[in-house]
Amino acid sequence: MLKNMIGLLAGLLFGLGLLISGMTDPTKVQGFLDVFGAWDISLALVMGGGLIVAITGVQIARLQPTSWIGSSIEMPTTTVINKKLLIGAMLFGIGWGLVGICPGPGIVLLGAGQWQAYVFIPAMIVGMLIYQWFEPKLG
Amino acid sequence: MNIQIDWQAFTPISLVGGLLLGVATVILLLGIGRIAGISGIFSSLLKPKRVEAWQVLFIVGLVVSPVLYGLVKPLPAIEMSTSLPLLIGAGLLVGFGTRLGSGCTSGHGICGNARLSPRSMVATVTFMLFGMVTVYIGRHFLGLI
Repeated sequence: MLKNMIGLLAGLLFGLGLLISGMTDPTKVQGFLDVFGAWDISLALVMGGGLIVAITGVQIARLQPTSWIGSSIEMPTTTVINKKLLIGAMLFGIGWGLVGICPGPGIVLLGAGQWQAYVFIPAMIVGMLIYQWFEPKLG
Repeated sequence: MNIQIDWQAFTPISLVGGLLLGVATVILLLGIGRIAGISGIFSSLLKPKRVEAWQVLFIVGLVVSPVLYGLVKPLPAIEMSTSLPLLIGAGLLVGFGTRLGSGCTSGHGICGNARLSPRSMVATVTFMLFGMVTVYIGRHFLGLI
């Protein structure tokens, strides 16, 4: 129960953070990516601010034997830098640049009733399902 | 090439939003021991046998957040001139790409970089770079954006 409440709270705060930061405004995102146009550097503050807090949190997490609910703290252990990582990040970057929406803001825009999200998110789901179908063939 | 910063568009409050993203990430990490990677959490919803309730509620939280925001101040006006085919193409690329690359702006960009994971740093630089190149070509050469 507590686990679910924490999940909900984190989702709410994350969504508010995306809205306040301007990450849910595709024009702003594309303005940030448009380094050689009129460059809107605001979103550098988003990753900067997020990282300051998250780095501190990770350091605290490393000193904790368990999470607040008593479960283990799971951090990814994969360290390999391979073609999958690079090509995946490349394709994601192209899609992100084209419309200025990434997964978190896309989901928030659903709740905001933004019609574009009702096209983008179903397409994103199809993309994820294609990957799931493709995955066993990748080895 | 000279870089011009658009100070008129600059929003210092973005820092507050960023700090809040960090807080949400830390609550999830310390609270239940899990990483706030949105594409990962969202895609787990597509695997009905493996989905956990907290993951569903995290996504519900994201969807409900604009309602909460709207109670305090009106939602920011969002203008998008994006065409339908572009939205579909971009959605497919983002969905497939984030799964192939094991993460997006949240999982790699915040959580992974906070762990100083070289893998996430490489992913972040790659998607930022390709996002920038896409906007550069799409906006200034093709007039798509």
